[in-house]
Amino acid sequence: MSVPPLTILSISEGSSLILLLPSQSAGYIDPGESTAKKTPTMKILVAIKRVVDYAVKIRVKSDKSGVETLNVKMSMNPFCEIALEEALRIKQSGLASEVVAVSMGPSQCVDTLRTGLAMGADRGIHVESTAALYPLTVAKLLKALVDVEKPGVIILGKQAIDDDCNQTGQMVAGLLGWPQGTFASKVLLDTEKQVATVEREVDDGLETLCLDLPAVITTDLRLNQPRYATLPNIMKAKSKVIKKYTPQELNVEVKSDIEIVEVTEPPKRKAGVIVSSVDELIDKLRNEAHVI
Amino acid sequence: MFIYQLETWARLVQLVQQKGEYSHIITASNSFGKNILPRAAALLDVSPITDVIAISSSNQFVRPIYAGNALCTVRYSGSNPCMLSVRSTSFAVSVDSKSNEAPISQVDLSTFDEGRALKSAENFKMIEKLAEKLGAAVGATRAAVDAGFVPNDLQVGQTGKIVAPKLYMAFGVSGAIQHLAGIRDSKVIVAVNKDADAPIFQVADYGLVGDLFEVIPELLEKLPEKK
Repeated sequence: MSVPPLTILSISEGSSLILLLPSQSAGYIDPGESTAKKTPTMKILVAIKRVVDYAVKIRVKSDKSGVETLNVKMSMNPFCEIALEEALRIKQSGLASEVVAVSMGPSQCVDTLRTGLAMGADRGIHVESTAALYPLTVAKLLKALVDVEKPGVIILGKQAIDDDCNQTGQMVAGLLGWPQGTFASKVLLDTEKQVATVEREVDDGLETLCLDLPAVITTDLRLNQPRYATLPNIMKAKSKVIKKYTPQELNVEVKSDIEIVEVTEPPKRKAGVIVSSVDELIDKLRNEAHVI
Repeated sequence: MFIYQLETWARLVQLVQQKGEYSHIITASNSFGKNILPRAAALLDVSPITDVIAISSSNQFVRPIYAGNALCTVRYSGSNPCMLSVRSTSFAVSVDSKSNEAPISQVDLSTFDEGRALKSAENFKMIEKLAEKLGAAVGATRAAVDAGFVPNDLQVGQTGKIVAPKLYMAFGVSGAIQHLAGIRDSKVIVAVNKDADAPIFQVADYGLVGDLFEVIPELLEKLPEKK
């Protein structure tokens, strides 16, 4: 069998394509002046994922097929909580009329949706699938839901803490042809001018973008502090509507071009030693580890 | 101010691919690569593989999941192009590059944790002095960034920067799994913490139980100058 030759394209920032983004100079919008007392009509779609709780110490299955999720505490992905919180704050500030939470996966995702409804989302959508959903499929399903719901903004967590993919937001933005503001640490909407000003956490600091709406925003840690659901709101959430879809109903084929070969534990660091003084530490670093 | 417009970049990658029919498209897993690669992949209708730390073959890769607490080997079985973002700390820099900059793997890095341990941004100066003496870079945990002691680009961890220096010194760092995700490939880890039960000691090569406000001045006094 002949092996096809590899042809590799490498993308890096240092390349010569530099564009001036005219809207960059727009700066911040004073939310005070933009919110005339009109009834808002914009809908916000928030995607939330059910994952192993962030505090759980995960265990790799002995057959290397994955990570143990049976009898493990599951929660809403922390970045998704931040996304939902941001949507709720936008609605509370009078700029949006409705916050719709979407979750995809097995039937237990309904629990995650109920949590979202208890935080304050108005409605839930559950796309039920027992097959594993990879980001490309999730992005296609979200796009199909956008065609139905017509939101003005989609807010997602920047990554899920289980697969750490950091892909779905960018992918759905690409499929929709919408601008994207990823890793947001500050979001200001101006529904009058139909723009979102997004401050992003990037490798060398902060970057501020001005995006035309509709747009996709993914959240970083410092965007906000998510609220806890209060007991009355938990009770109220029980009567809120969760609409179910299957991927077939949304005309999306669930398939993947990625196979998981195995999941293993990372190499363990060997146990270290406790030193008793700064002198001993310096001695070890110099004469044993040879790093200073 | 000149910046790239991401949406155009992703479209450009799509067009270049349609012309060049590459088998692989690769970028670094930095904020630029993370932003552009999945979008371009969606335009090309393929699944990208992000944060690759090892390449086993032209279509098989290893990537960390669960903050690096598990490693997942994946096989790409889709059509061309296979799109990857690679974690630069996991691959050695090729030797023939003539650069005067210190490669990141040679830079020592000291860090701090919990706002509580540090008490104020003023105290951060002490760490900066130590870093200067060691020729080290300074990083921080989420708590220190959240407390406003340091800017966000110094955050190390699952969602921040991933580092793999020769020597990593953690002062007052408790050792949350999200932070450990960013430092586990360091050659030598030193931890200084008042709390003898802090999880950081489980991964440290050398641990010193003590108050960082006493340990750092003593280190400053006793450490040799870096040439």
